[in-house]
Amino acid sequence: MHYNWHWKVLLETEPGGTGSYLHYLIVGLGWTLATALAAWVIALVVGAFVGTIRTTSAHWAVRLGNLYVEIFRNIPLIVQMFLWFFVVPELLPQAMGDWIKQMPPPWGSYLPAVFCLGIFTSVRVAEQVRAGINSLPRGQRFAGTAMGLTQAQTYRYVILPQAFRIILPPLTSESMNIIKNSSVALTIGLLELTGRARAMQEFSFRVFEAFTAATVIYLLTNLIVVLLMRILENRVRVPGLIAAGGAPQAGH
Amino acid sequence: MEGFDFDVIRRSVGYLFRDGMTFTVTLTLIAMTGGIIFGTLLAMMRLSSIRAVSTLAGAYVNLMRSIPLVLVIFWFFFLVPYIGAWILRESQPVQVGAWLSAVITFTMFEAAYYCEIMRAGIQSIPRGQVWSGYALGLNYWQTMGFIVLPQAFRNMVPVLLTQTIILFQDTSLVYVISATDFLGAAAKVANRDYRLVEMYSFVAVVYFIISYSLSLLVKQLQDRIAVIR
Repeated sequence: MHYNWHWKVLLETEPGGTGSYLHYLIVGLGWTLATALAAWVIALVVGAFVGTIRTTSAHWAVRLGNLYVEIFRNIPLIVQMFLWFFVVPELLPQAMGDWIKQMPPPWGSYLPAVFCLGIFTSVRVAEQVRAGINSLPRGQRFAGTAMGLTQAQTYRYVILPQAFRIILPPLTSESMNIIKNSSVALTIGLLELTGRARAMQEFSFRVFEAFTAATVIYLLTNLIVVLLMRILENRVRVPGLIAAGGAPQAGH
Repeated sequence: MEGFDFDVIRRSVGYLFRDGMTFTVTLTLIAMTGGIIFGTLLAMMRLSSIRAVSTLAGAYVNLMRSIPLVLVIFWFFFLVPYIGAWILRESQPVQVGAWLSAVITFTMFEAAYYCEIMRAGIQSIPRGQVWSGYALGLNYWQTMGFIVLPQAFRNMVPVLLTQTIILFQDTSLVYVISATDFLGAAAKVANRDYRLVEMYSFVAVVYFIISYSLSLLVKQLQDRIAVIR
């Protein structure tokens, strides 16, 4: 077995003429991050909402939240990607569907990818939020009621500020998951980092240089995310409030 | 949207399950078995007192967990022919189909995730169990095989199964190397007959039913194990 490494390929111009292959991959990282960040906003907002209502005393809200979680947890991400890209535009009113389908690339892939990843990850965030809230002692809730707070106020001032601090570590791993999962968007034509590594391999025939470069870029990105989240954790930490966590979890 | 064409599903459902779902389920079962075995070995390596061994296993697991599965699938798709040539002492990369490539990829990838679960399982066994094993004159492999691993495995069965449901869903990503799994088969029909809405909706429903039923079973099992403990 012999493979001739040719690292200089990274500095050669890619066929599109926009710059070197390295630049081409870095732009891909930009799309990866743009997709992941926009989706992360959706995931946090929707996930916090769904996770919270699943701990309230309103039975219909709990049931609705459970239904939402089960639906989006039990369909593979790539199938959800296809649903958002191929199926949703057909189900919308004709004019709106056509508008989506006629969006110039890469927006036609970017928007479905963001919604798909956002909703997919919101389920996982919702599970963390619910677990975080349930890990608080029941006395906290009683104390809120005893102070004369309404349920909404108890959540706003007592429960959620503590719950969010507890779930920061699992949210860190979710934020890395969303970056990794954004690579599935290549199946609907979004040229993010993995998609560009694949394209570079096809143009240049330098298989392992392309994938090694992408791997290194992903590793560096992960490192930066971990460091940023650690800084955030230290910022918002409440002394004495020990993080729950520790229980092993399935993941991908 | 014009009428939903149920007929295309009825016509292709035999092909979808006979070819596609067989691929998906076989891949899941092989990767689960291989992944748990290899993952358990990795977990034992990670917990080893020999620094070099634990560092090596840790590096492998962290690498696998830090890069996207799609990229891992591409890596192995191109890497396995070279490894095959190296093992068989051929001068040219050997031809490996999408199937074998997928089996190797998912076994190696899932091993990293099963490893973390098994590591937590092993660590949940009190140290006294290990010491009593040694006190009885058992060696490392006997202590692990007869005392620690059976308990660790039993405690972790629900999490291992949950991971397997995720694996079952993730196998659909073999679409990127054009393998004909359940999704791949549906995609072929969808593109041939131009029935994307019908086929992808059907795929989503089938995946949902299977995954949800399995997760209910796991939940039941979890409750039973929790009661015994």
